[in-house]
Amino acid sequence: MRVPISWLKEYVDVVLPVEELADRLTLAGLEVERIERIGDFWDRDKVFVGEVLEVRPHPNADRLVLATVNYGAPVPMTVVTGAPNLKPGMKGVKVAFAIAGARLIDGHAEGRQMMTLKPGRIRGIESAGMVLSEKELGISEEHEGIMELPPDAPVGTPLVDYLGDTILDIELTPNLAHALSVTGIAREVAALTGQALRLPAPREEGTGAPAEAQATVEIADPDLCARYIAAIIRDVEIGPSPFWMQRRLTMAGMRPINNVVDITNYVMLEVGQPLHAFDLDLLRPKQPGGLPAIIVRRARPGERMITLDGVERTFDEQMLLITDGGGPVAVAGVMGGQESEVTSETRNILLEAANFDYLSVRRTSQMLKLSSEAATRFGRGLDPELALLGAVRATQLLREHAHGQVARGLIDVYPAPPERPVIDLTPQEVERLLGVAVPAERIQAILESLGFGVAAARPGVLQVTVPTHRRDVRLAADLVEEVGRIYGYDNLPDTLMADELPPQRRNLPYLLTERARDILVGCGLQEVITYSMTNIESVARLTPGAPPPDPASFVRIANPLSQERNIMRQTLADAMLQTLASTLRVAGRALLFEIGRVYLPRPGQVLPDEPQRVCIGLAGPRGPRAWGCDPSQPLDFFDLKGIVEALLERMGVRGAAYEPLTSPTYQPGRAATVRVGEQVLGSLGEVSPAVRDAYDLPPARTCLAELDLEAILALAAQIRQMEPISRFPAVTQDLAILVDEAVPAARVYELIRQGGGELLRQAVLFDVYRGEQIPAGKVSLAYALTYQAPDRTLTDEEVARVQGRIVRLLEQKLGATLRG
Amino acid sequence: MQDQLKSMEAEALARLDAVQDLAALEDWRTEYLGRRGRLAQIMRGLGALPAEERPAVGQVANQVKARLEAAYEERRVALEEEAKARAFRAEAVDVTLPGRPPALGRLHIATQNLREISSIFAQMGFEVYETPEVETDEMNFQLLNIPPHHPARDMWSTFYTDREGVVLRTHTSPGQIRLMRERYPAEIRAILPGKIYRYEQVSARYEYQLHQVEGLAVGRNIHMSDLKGVLVAFAQQMFQGTRRWRFRGSYFPFTEPSFEMDIECVLCGGGGCRVCKYSGWVEILGAGMVHPVVLQNGGYDPAAYSGFAFGMGNERIAMLKYAIDDIRYFFANDPRFLAQFG
Repeated sequence: MRVPISWLKEYVDVVLPVEELADRLTLAGLEVERIERIGDFWDRDKVFVGEVLEVRPHPNADRLVLATVNYGAPVPMTVVTGAPNLKPGMKGVKVAFAIAGARLIDGHAEGRQMMTLKPGRIRGIESAGMVLSEKELGISEEHEGIMELPPDAPVGTPLVDYLGDTILDIELTPNLAHALSVTGIAREVAALTGQALRLPAPREEGTGAPAEAQATVEIADPDLCARYIAAIIRDVEIGPSPFWMQRRLTMAGMRPINNVVDITNYVMLEVGQPLHAFDLDLLRPKQPGGLPAIIVRRARPGERMITLDGVERTFDEQMLLITDGGGPVAVAGVMGGQESEVTSETRNILLEAANFDYLSVRRTSQMLKLSSEAATRFGRGLDPELALLGAVRATQLLREHAHGQVARGLIDVYPAPPERPVIDLTPQEVERLLGVAVPAERIQAILESLGFGVAAARPGVLQVTVPTHRRDVRLAADLVEEVGRIYGYDNLPDTLMADELPPQRRNLPYLLTERARDILVGCGLQEVITYSMTNIESVARLTPGAPPPDPASFVRIANPLSQERNIMRQTLADAMLQTLASTLRVAGRALLFEIGRVYLPRPGQVLPDEPQRVCIGLAGPRGPRAWGCDPSQPLDFFDLKGIVEALLERMGVRGAAYEPLTSPTYQPGRAATVRVGEQVLGSLGEVSPAVRDAYDLPPARTCLAELDLEAILALAAQIRQMEPISRFPAVTQDLAILVDEAVPAARVYELIRQGGGELLRQAVLFDVYRGEQIPAGKVSLAYALTYQAPDRTLTDEEVARVQGRIVRLLEQKLGATLRG
Repeated sequence: MQDQLKSMEAEALARLDAVQDLAALEDWRTEYLGRRGRLAQIMRGLGALPAEERPAVGQVANQVKARLEAAYEERRVALEEEAKARAFRAEAVDVTLPGRPPALGRLHIATQNLREISSIFAQMGFEVYETPEVETDEMNFQLLNIPPHHPARDMWSTFYTDREGVVLRTHTSPGQIRLMRERYPAEIRAILPGKIYRYEQVSARYEYQLHQVEGLAVGRNIHMSDLKGVLVAFAQQMFQGTRRWRFRGSYFPFTEPSFEMDIECVLCGGGGCRVCKYSGWVEILGAGMVHPVVLQNGGYDPAAYSGFAFGMGNERIAMLKYAIDDIRYFFANDPRFLAQFG
C-alpha cells in the first residue's frame, strides 16, 4: 500500500517527521518497507513551475519546436524541445521547467540514470533549459511527452514545493484489511500520534428520476453477497480525470485511464471500497422492455464470459457472478466482463459498490488464476458498511469530474447488516497477557482512538463494541493486541518467567541421534544435509537391472516445483551418491555422512512413518594428498566397516554380525548386511561399477552404507557398568594359523573366543597374509592373544593350556594348521 | 718423584685437551688413571721413598689424582653434551613444515547452528520435542486457526501430497498442537526444531527446504513480557555483542498478540546496508501469545492458561551470524562451503 503523505494529511495532521512516523507505524504492525521521496533531487533554484508563452517551429528541424517559457525569471527562456504534445501555436500551458545545471533522470536511458542538464545547441539553436517529462522528474516511466500541470499552477514556484511529496510504502499483513486505504492508514496514524481523524463524509442528494426506477438489483445468493448497492449516473462525459487525482493515483501506483475508471480507483484507495462501473445501456433486462437488471448469483454449470483482460473464462457452480437479464457481466469481486465495460462511448453508468464473501472471492480468484486489486481487497474481508461510503463518495466525484447526472437515491440491497460484537475486557486480562498493568483509562483511550466503542458496563469491566471495519477483532485477546501494539511492545518490560518450571525431560532419541553425529564426526566424516525430495528415475539408479520402484509406494508431491523433486525419499543413498560425485568434482576425497528422515507410507495410516537413517559415503584415497601422508591406497570396504563398527560400538550396540550381501547396488563380494540377532541394521559395501556410472562417479572404489538409526537407538545401551581392571599382569602371545581361504574370519574368531574362555581378554587380528610360503587356497591369519585373570597372575602352564585348547579347536573344526 | 708427578700431570692435561670423543676419553683414563696407568705406576715407587717423605709425596699424588679425575669428569660431561647436541641436531626438523592432518570430521553448519540455538534454550529449561514433517492440513493449518482458503494461508506457500488433506509442513508450529495434546494439563517449555518445506522458487533468498526452531511455553502465569525476556536472553547469546533490538507488531493466525523481533543489523551495525535493506534492522524471529483458539485446540482452557510461542529460521539466523549471502549453499553441500564452519 503506497500512501502519499500529502494525501494522508487530508484526513489527519502529521505531527511527526516522516522517518519517525514510519517507525511508529512499523512498530505498530504496519511495516513501512520504504520511504520514497518524490522530487528529492529537484533543485529549488533550477526546477520550476513554468508557463509556455509561445511555441514556434524549429527553423532547421521538422520534429523539434522552440518553446518560450516563463519560469519566474525576469526574462523568459526559449528552449528546443521535441515533445509531441507541444505544438506550434500553443500557449499558456503550465509545465515543469528546468534550467542548466539541474539534476534530472535521463529520459532516454533505461531505468533511473541521473544526469545534469547542460546548455547546448540543438540543430543550430541555443537551448539552456528543458521542458520536462514525468520520467525526467522521476514521477513515472512516462516519456512520450512533457508533463502538463494544471492551469492554476503557480509560475516560478520551485517544483518541489508544488509537486514534491513523500510516499510511505507499507506492507500490510493479511489481517489488516481495515488499513488497505489512505483513510484506514490515517486512522492508525491518528491513534498512534494522538491526533484527530477527519474521515470524508460525502453527501449526494442526486437529481432526476430515482435510481430504483432505472434498474433492478437482486441478490440470489445472500450467503456470498452481504450487500449490493447500485448508483445510477447519467450523461457522464468520459475524459481525463483532474490533475490532482491523476497525481495521487500515480503516486499510489495506479495508472490514470479516464475519469470514470480513475474515480472508482481513487475511491477504492481513499476509503478501501472496490467499485465497478457498468455501461448501464448494455445491461439487459430480465424481460423484454423491463429495467436493466442485476442479479447476483452462483454460476450455472459451464457458464462463460470474457473478462476485461480479454480472456474467456468458464465458471464452476461455486463461483459468484454478477449477471444481468442475459447472463454474466462480471465475476463478483474479481473482474468485470468485457461486454458491459465502460468505454469512451459510454453515456450512462450503473456503479456497483458491493460486499462479497472473502473466502468465495479468494477461491474464485485462485481457481481462475485471476487476481486484481478488488479481489485482493475483498479476499481479506471488507466492511459491508464501506459500500455505502464508497458509493456516495464515487457518485459525488462522478458528478464533479465527469459531469454526470446522479439519480436520486441508491438501490441498496442489504439483507442482513452485521452485528457489532461486544466484548468484555478487564484491565486484569490485559495484564495477564501483556505482563504489564495498563490503566483502564489508557486502554479505553487506545481503543477509542481506533474506532472502538468503550463503555464501563460494570465496575472494572470495559464493554467494547467492535466497529464494523474491524472484522478481525472477535476476542478479548484481539483487543489486547490492539492495546499492545499502540502501547508499544518495546514499552513492555523484559521479564523472567515467574511461572513454575515444568518437570525437566530429556529427549533420549534426540540426544542419542546427536551422539551418533558426534561419533561419525569423530571418525573424520563431514556431515551433509540433502533434500528430502527426489524422483523415481534418480532412485532407480541404485538398482540397475531391477524394475524402477513403484511411484505409488512413495509420498508423492501433488504440486512439485519440478519433476526432479516430486516424491519424498525412502533412502539417503541416492542423495549421498550425488553428493559424493559433486564433492569429488572439487575435492580429492570425500568422507561424508548424513542423518535424516525417510518417509514410508504405511497401509491404514494417514501419515507416513518418518524413521531416521544414517548414511555414510567414502571415496578417494585413504589419506589426503599431503606430505607425510599416504594417498596411494583407496578408501575401501574395511575403512567403511571400521566406521560402522566404531559407530555401533560407541552407541553401545553389541553383537553385530556381518554377512555377505548380494545386491544390485553393490559390487559382488564386497558388500555386507549388518545385523544384531534377527534385527537387520542395514547394509554396507562398495558400490557396483554400474551404479557408479549412473551417478557419474569416478571409476574408483566408492563405499556406501545405510543403516536404520531407529534400530540402532533401540539397541543402544544407555548405561554401561564398569568392568573391573585386573591388578594382575596380562600375557600376550601370538598365534599364526593357516586356514582355507573360504573360512570366514568371523568363524576363526568365534572359535578362538570359545577356546580362550574367560582367561582370553582380547584377540586382535594383526596380519592377514597370502602369497609366498603359503599354499594356494590358504590364508595365514595372525592374532595377538591377551590372557589375564582377575584374581591371580597366570602361570606359563595355564596360558599354554588355554592356547593349546584354542589350537586344537581350530585344527578340529577348521582343519587349521599352526604356522611355525 | 714429585717432579715426575707434576710433569705427568701436565702431560695428561695437555693430552686431555686433545681428546675429542668418549672412546678416546676412556683410553686417556686407562692410560693415566687406570689400575695400571701412569699415576699408579708412579705411586708404586712410593714405597721406595723414605718414610718421612711419603706423606708429603702421597698428598701431592692424591691432589694430582683428584685434579686429573676432576678434569676427566669435566671433559666427559662436555663430550657427552656435545654428543647429545649432535644427535639432536641430526634429528632437528623444519618446524615450519605443515603438520600431518588428523582425520577431522565436521558437523554441517545448519546442525551446528541448531545445536547452538537448542543449547541456549536448554539453559532456560526448554526441552527438545520433534514432530512429523509430513503433516495433516488440520494440524498444519486448521487447528492453528487457519481455516481453508483463509487469507492467512497466503503467508505460506504449501507443498501438497497426492493424499487429500496431507501436506508437507510449512512451519514447525503444528508441533505446538501435538505437544499440547500430549502434555495437557502439565506446563510446557519446549523447542521444536526440524525441517520445513515451502513451495518457493529457489533463489539466493528462498529455499524450499529449511530448518525452523519453534518455541512453546504454556502455563498458568505466562506473559508477553516473559516472552520478551526469553527472546532478549536468546538474542544476546546467539548474536554476541548485540546491543539493540526491537519488537515490531505483526500478525500470525496462531498467536495473539503477535510481534516480530528485529536486532541491529549484524553486518553493518545499524548503519544501513544491502542485507538490512538500509533500515539498520534485521528480523530474526516471529512470536506472540498463543492464540486462545490454539490453546483450546491443544486442550488447555485459555481462561486459566496462557502461553507464548516463537519461530525462527535456522538458516536465516546462520546467514546473519556468519554473513552467508546465499541460502542455496546450505543444501548444495559444496565442501568449499562446509569446510569453512567448525
